[in-house]
Amino acid sequence: MIEAKRITYARLSERDNVVILVRHVEQGEAIEGLDGQVWRMGQPLEPGNKLAARAIATDEPIVKYACPIGIATEPIAPGAHVHLHNMRSSYIAFETGEAFRG
Amino acid sequence: MAETLTEWPAFVRPDGRKGIRNIIAVAYMVECAHHVARQIAAPWSERGTHVIGFPGCYPNEYAFQMLTSLCTHPNVGAVLLVSLGCESMPSRELEDLIAQSGRPVATLVIQQQGGTRMTIDAGRKWIEEQLAAFADAPRATMSVQELVVGTICGGSDGTSGLTANPAVGLAFDRLVAEGATCIFEETLEMLGCQDDIVRRAATPALGAELGASIEKAASYSIAMGHPSIGAGNAAGGLTTIEEKSLGAYSKSGRGTIHGLLKPANTPPQGGLYLLDIVPDGEARWGFPNINDSIEIAELMSCGAHVVLFTTGRGSVVGSAISPVIKICSNPETFARMSDDMDVDAGRVLNGTATLLEVGEEIRSLTLAVAGGRQTASEQMGHQEFILGYKSFEPVGPACHPGLLPLAPHTTNT
Repeated sequence: MIEAKRITYARLSERDNVVILVRHVEQGEAIEGLDGQVWRMGQPLEPGNKLAARAIATDEPIVKYACPIGIATEPIAPGAHVHLHNMRSSYIAFETGEAFRG
Repeated sequence: MAETLTEWPAFVRPDGRKGIRNIIAVAYMVECAHHVARQIAAPWSERGTHVIGFPGCYPNEYAFQMLTSLCTHPNVGAVLLVSLGCESMPSRELEDLIAQSGRPVATLVIQQQGGTRMTIDAGRKWIEEQLAAFADAPRATMSVQELVVGTICGGSDGTSGLTANPAVGLAFDRLVAEGATCIFEETLEMLGCQDDIVRRAATPALGAELGASIEKAASYSIAMGHPSIGAGNAAGGLTTIEEKSLGAYSKSGRGTIHGLLKPANTPPQGGLYLLDIVPDGEARWGFPNINDSIEIAELMSCGAHVVLFTTGRGSVVGSAISPVIKICSNPETFARMSDDMDVDAGRVLNGTATLLEVGEEIRSLTLAVAGGRQTASEQMGHQEFILGYKSFEPVGPACHPGLLPLAPHTTNT
């Protein structure tokens, strides 16, 4: 058993340019970013969502698990939410609807 | 944690296989007989009757093979077939195959029985007779070498690939090393992982077959116009099919892949197998995985006694025939839905457990469930089942190189 510690995100590999939230964050919440930065959350996000670990340029691969998982479709600022609005598959393109919110 | 079981009493079948449950399957031969089958089973739905069946009226070899495998699954002790009387499913042929497996079996044809009420009465009487005989079902000791374990993910989110899926992979590595048969599936969610899958194959010829199955899944996805990723996955932080695939693939662990199965194939011996559920030939049957329950049915058709089901968003499904162990990857989902979950893998994110600890918990619970411990979905009466139309070509000889001396199971760390 390891000691419990409240962390906000995990960086899975040094090669990754995203980090993964491991807890819910609130809109407007300021979290401690990498390299002493402060990242302010633009919206509430659930665990499992990705934030940019550093500035990412248009057409740059998004790297998670040290593997490319898609391509940035616009410049992404450090700490910004990385999701379908600013990245796409480099394998099969598709559109997804909003999940049902009951 | 209690000491892990290494062997347990099981139900021994005339074909020599052993079951970890002793259920009566009530199988409808067409959707028109579904209500009658459900009513026959209803009085014992929490005490061992499970409803399965096929909805289609027109013939399908895959569906026949699936029902044959499921009705002779080691967890099944007796089978009642319920036919309307004018469908195409050859229920007498199915009945013969079940009888040849040594199981009690009967067929009720609703049109010959005199309709709904008389068929329900006749069906319930038959089940009462079987239950009376069940107390004398032969038992024998079963060990991990005889256990078949499947895995699936459903309602995945961005935490699935961080906690529950790699923890199942660690459990698989350990179970395979102990001699169990472990099956992973869902080639539609391995897009982008081909190189690693091919590299892990026991032989180059098997590697070529595994790679071809992933290419087929990619083509099928394109033909369907939608990869295997849903709106709920995206709301949970997943974006592209390659991101989802990397997480899903980690359920397979890191060991050698010993063979490729298609639905209703029985693994020839212990080891790690990929189950290819995407139909062969042109894309003409619709989505191969319309939901998680069809994939569970296909894992069971390959003999899976128990299924490890990882979820992030919070799936509640169980299954007919084989117990489903729910492993929740997301600590916030677990807090909301703990009644439905068997393992809290999200502790890895809270920093209160390591992946190795959760993997060991999954392995230990798998053996306990094999020994009779009820899972959360079993306790709540979940018995989901679905089957649809597909078609497959038989697997080639390269798919089962394990029939030759088994390659050593190596695990890359």
